[in-house]
Amino acid sequence: MSTWDWQVFCKDTIDGEIVPRCFGSAGDITYLDWLLSAWGWTLSVSLLALLVALLLGSIMGILRTAPHRGWVLLGNAWTELFRNIPLLVQIFLWYHVVPALIPPLRGVPSFLLVVLGLGLFTSARISEQVRAGIQSLTGGQRMAGLAMGFTLPQTYRYVLLPMAFRIVIPPLTSESMNIVKNSAVAFAVSISELTLFALQAQEETARGIEIYLAVTGLYFVSAFALNRVFHFVEQRVRVPGMIGGGT
Amino acid sequence: MLTLDFAFLTPQVLSSYVLKGFVFSLQLTAIAMLGGIALGTVLALMRLSSKPWLTLPAAAYVNTMRSIPLVMVILWFFLLIPLAIGRPLGAEMSAIITFTLFEAAYYSEIMRAGIQSIPRGQVAAGYALGMRYGQTMGLVVLPQAFRNMLPVLLTQTIILFQDTSLVYAIGAYDLLKGFEIAGKNFNRPVETYLVAAVLYFVISFSLSMLVRRLQQRIAIIR
Amino acid sequence: MAMIEMKNVGKWYGTFQVLTDCSTRVEKGEVIVVCGPSGSGKSTLIKCVNGLEPFQQGEVIINGISVGDPKTDLPKLRARVGMVFQHFELFPHMSITENLSIAQVKVLGRGKDEARERGLKLLDRVGLRAQADKFPGQLSGGQQQRVAIARALSMDPICMLFDEPTSALDPEMINEVLDVMVELAQEGMTMMVVTHEMGFARKVAHRVVFMDQGRIVEDDKKEAFFGSPRSERAQQFLSKILHH
Repeated sequence: MSTWDWQVFCKDTIDGEIVPRCFGSAGDITYLDWLLSAWGWTLSVSLLALLVALLLGSIMGILRTAPHRGWVLLGNAWTELFRNIPLLVQIFLWYHVVPALIPPLRGVPSFLLVVLGLGLFTSARISEQVRAGIQSLTGGQRMAGLAMGFTLPQTYRYVLLPMAFRIVIPPLTSESMNIVKNSAVAFAVSISELTLFALQAQEETARGIEIYLAVTGLYFVSAFALNRVFHFVEQRVRVPGMIGGGT
Repeated sequence: MLTLDFAFLTPQVLSSYVLKGFVFSLQLTAIAMLGGIALGTVLALMRLSSKPWLTLPAAAYVNTMRSIPLVMVILWFFLLIPLAIGRPLGAEMSAIITFTLFEAAYYSEIMRAGIQSIPRGQVAAGYALGMRYGQTMGLVVLPQAFRNMLPVLLTQTIILFQDTSLVYAIGAYDLLKGFEIAGKNFNRPVETYLVAAVLYFVISFSLSMLVRRLQQRIAIIR
Repeated sequence: MAMIEMKNVGKWYGTFQVLTDCSTRVEKGEVIVVCGPSGSGKSTLIKCVNGLEPFQQGEVIINGISVGDPKTDLPKLRARVGMVFQHFELFPHMSITENLSIAQVKVLGRGKDEARERGLKLLDRVGLRAQADKFPGQLSGGQQQRVAIARALSMDPICMLFDEPTSALDPEMINEVLDVMVELAQEGMTMMVVTHEMGFARKVAHRVVFMDQGRIVEDDKKEAFFGSPRSERAQQFLSKILHH
């Protein structure tokens, strides 16, 4: 392993021959083709799970700040449940246990089960952030909204949430980067994403370092890209006159 | 609809399949926590020093570790350690080294925040009493930082305990693996995964309740 | 019929009683000042008026509508009761104009242009027309509080509640806010004002309510209260406030 061999990515995955221009043709694929498709799976799992997590996490976080005991309890229970079981175990539950217990779910592709598993796991963390964001606003804002004649949902919609979401963008940024990293556990249920590619291609080619470097680089690029997206959003919604806002 | 049957999980089965893995998971958690906090404190002090030849490598190490998925870190070390030491190393030993080095990056961020939370006047007071750097840190700053950060350090340890299940990637025999093998041998994977989930939940949840209580006590003492 | 009527209001936080048997009334066009030492329950009392704080005992009736009645449409009632808070509570993510029009549009159902017009007119009135497009964080405390008063007025309230409107302000900004309130009182607005500003009370209040430990200890005509408060607590309080 003393020298680099980046040509490994140009090899055909079946016969190991180096293919000119590195991309396979006519149904044959190279390791580069495989790597890119694995990256696609990683991105799809991550982004869809992020959607699920943002949606459910926000709802649960909001419920936990509501002035109704039952809702608070529901939000708390949800958060504790999905936060205190290891992600890998949750993925196994979705893949092995849930379809066995609920027969109609048997036909659901494992890709969607992983999206659900990763999404619900992350929703617990996002619910924490959203709750903290809402609670960081002074109680006076809620009262001011209600005193203007807003109903409780209107008070959340127009007064509390716009500020709370601005406050939680930084922690949500790191959660979104975490979701890309955490999507790696999908290898355990045979989703053909980057980590599974790394494991299998390493074994087939014995060029582990090159393969791992490429995969690690792609994880890094993906997380960084999400970071930039959130940063852009953060800039766009800055409030003049607030800390960090324009004047 | 499948009917659940947990009867096969007798004490004998549990002790012959699960116990070994459970012990390893706890060992891994404990070693990675102690080693990670020790190493993390060193990294934090390096990052907070004024010398670039200390801050830069520490920052690079911490940021690299934190931007790679843990599973990939586990795979990296499993690949690289044998190359470095010239002979193969068992999955369990590899996991212990990996987790210690990986968690150090996360603990160091916590310790750094903890050290920064101590007013500068405390350092000045230490120096004013004639203490050296090591004494000021060891006797004045770190004990306070450690106490302030105890709940966060423990919360990170709960996450660490959950993350130990990821040694699945290199086939180390941990708690989850123990349940998985029992499930395969008795052909009852649904039950074993369920019990594993409940066990992880009970441990993590009760620890996080303890941390919450501790947090309230610390808040009162302040 | 009184504009605001409180009958034997009692409130508990758990087992701790914060309001005991509080009764008072505010007639239409009347200005009453509520004062008392901190922790006496005056802020809690005024928040019971529009139901921001629930109470467990007694009755609050605004313009014939019972606040504590579970059948009452509280948002609809609150929309007609203006409230000004100690910490202004402007909505920081909205411009001043948006702060003034959002509830007009979403609660009263007014058109956007109409709401904006009305908002600008009220900004004029509190002398802040030039700040219309700024955000709350860009204004001084006194300016923010004047905007908050304009915001409450934009809903065409039948009465106004002020919860320590000047106590979070720097001293040099207090008067700009009090001037707006005095003007409002002189125009005949029904007002219930929790404040320590006894100058304001002397100038425009009709009655002064003094609270201590969750009870209404005095409820007098202004002249009587400043002339010779009956309770010792009120005397002590007044001498502290006035020397200060």
